[in-house]
Amino acid sequence: MSKPYYVDSDLAKFGDIAEWNKELADKFFSYYGDVFKPGALSAREKSLIALAVSHAVQCPYCIDAYTTDALKKGADEEMMMEAIHVTAAIKGGAALVHGVQMMNKAKEVSM
Amino acid sequence: MTEKQKEKKTSLKYRAHELSSVDVQLKILSDAASIGVKPFSKAIQDMGLKDLRPTSLDIFQVNVGKMCNQVCNHCHVDAGPDRKEIMTRETMQECLDALKGSSIKTVDLTGGAPEMNPDFRWFVEELTALGMHVIVRCNLTIILANKKYHDLPEFFKKNKIEVVSSLPYFAARRTDAQRGEGVFEKSIKALKMLNEVGYGMPNSELKLNLVFNPSGAILPGDQSELEKEFKQKLMEGWGVHFHELFAITNLPVSRFLAYLVSSGNYEQYMSELAHAFNPTAALGVMCRNTISVGWDGYLYDCDFNQMLELKVAAKSQHVRDFNTQELEKRTIILNQHCYGCTAGAGSSCGGTVT
Repeated sequence: MSKPYYVDSDLAKFGDIAEWNKELADKFFSYYGDVFKPGALSAREKSLIALAVSHAVQCPYCIDAYTTDALKKGADEEMMMEAIHVTAAIKGGAALVHGVQMMNKAKEVSM
Repeated sequence: MTEKQKEKKTSLKYRAHELSSVDVQLKILSDAASIGVKPFSKAIQDMGLKDLRPTSLDIFQVNVGKMCNQVCNHCHVDAGPDRKEIMTRETMQECLDALKGSSIKTVDLTGGAPEMNPDFRWFVEELTALGMHVIVRCNLTIILANKKYHDLPEFFKKNKIEVVSSLPYFAARRTDAQRGEGVFEKSIKALKMLNEVGYGMPNSELKLNLVFNPSGAILPGDQSELEKEFKQKLMEGWGVHFHELFAITNLPVSRFLAYLVSSGNYEQYMSELAHAFNPTAALGVMCRNTISVGWDGYLYDCDFNQMLELKVAAKSQHVRDFNTQELEKRTIILNQHCYGCTAGAGSSCGGTVT
């Protein structure tokens, strides 16, 4: 039987990365914790941004984690779906805006 | 009625669901090892305590019955229209007699929908006459359920009742998913009726507090952040005012336990509760200053222990034999569901405890 690339129980093992480099892991997790503290943006806004980025980077661990986190912080289905439409718009836009480059190049090599 | 409809409209007991049995619930809860968490009593011992004992007896919480107009998915009481167990006037009188001989000043009335007990108003007036500060856990929709309840806001006002009402979200989808179809809309109407008589208004002494329970297998987020969000959304969307928001964790008892088991979330939820164990929250749990009275007059450490039929570890187990001194010396009965009150910022009927 083939093993899946992603196993949901691995999410809880994220901290294990410290086993092979504690100093950098500690720095990362400390920074990570600070990033998500409420500041100029609320904890819920940060969670929704994280959810949107999770979809952009297509990380299943992040999607699981920030779906739960956003719900915990008072987001609902409507907000979460709007957040990932922002992802889709930016990703779609990023593809399409390169159409200009395509057009430029096509014009450059065409009569 | 389809099975799904029956599930939404009837109690576990009515459906003879296996989790309507307290023994089955306790068997699931007691199996800490299979989830890989330590027994709750061990978590208390690891704090250097032999057991958990009361600090004082300040709040007298009375569950006046399991009858309710709603059938919420997360209800730890397994309340509903088909539940007929309600407190008699005789038992209410025994509660009043117990209070007369004690220094307790706060009475917290819960249910079911406490207002459905035919002696509810009599009991409230007697408690008020005794000088008690009375809290009523009102589910909001009861105010609109029948013409005879439409004057509840006026009745509450007349008796200076503190109203505590559940509203799991500031929009319909997540509210109705937990509490039933159409509950959000009715709750907003009821909140407006309460606001109209002065409840929840800025600087008003008529206290209207809301309870937030997550609609699913998740722990509540930060109470103050949620309160800010609720205030803004309820004001912008519906012009509704309230005072405080209490974020309460759902405990794995009765219908919420049934939901966790059937949705496959039980192990993960219990593990999350246990991993979020907070010793500071454990010292502030409500069973340390509250006594819970069941519809039949029996005494419990809390409403959850009441639903699990875990009576107080004291000689006087009934309100007719109420003995403050003895009860203050009792050991609180613990089980794995207690992790629900000690997770994160802690949870009580008044919200977080840290």
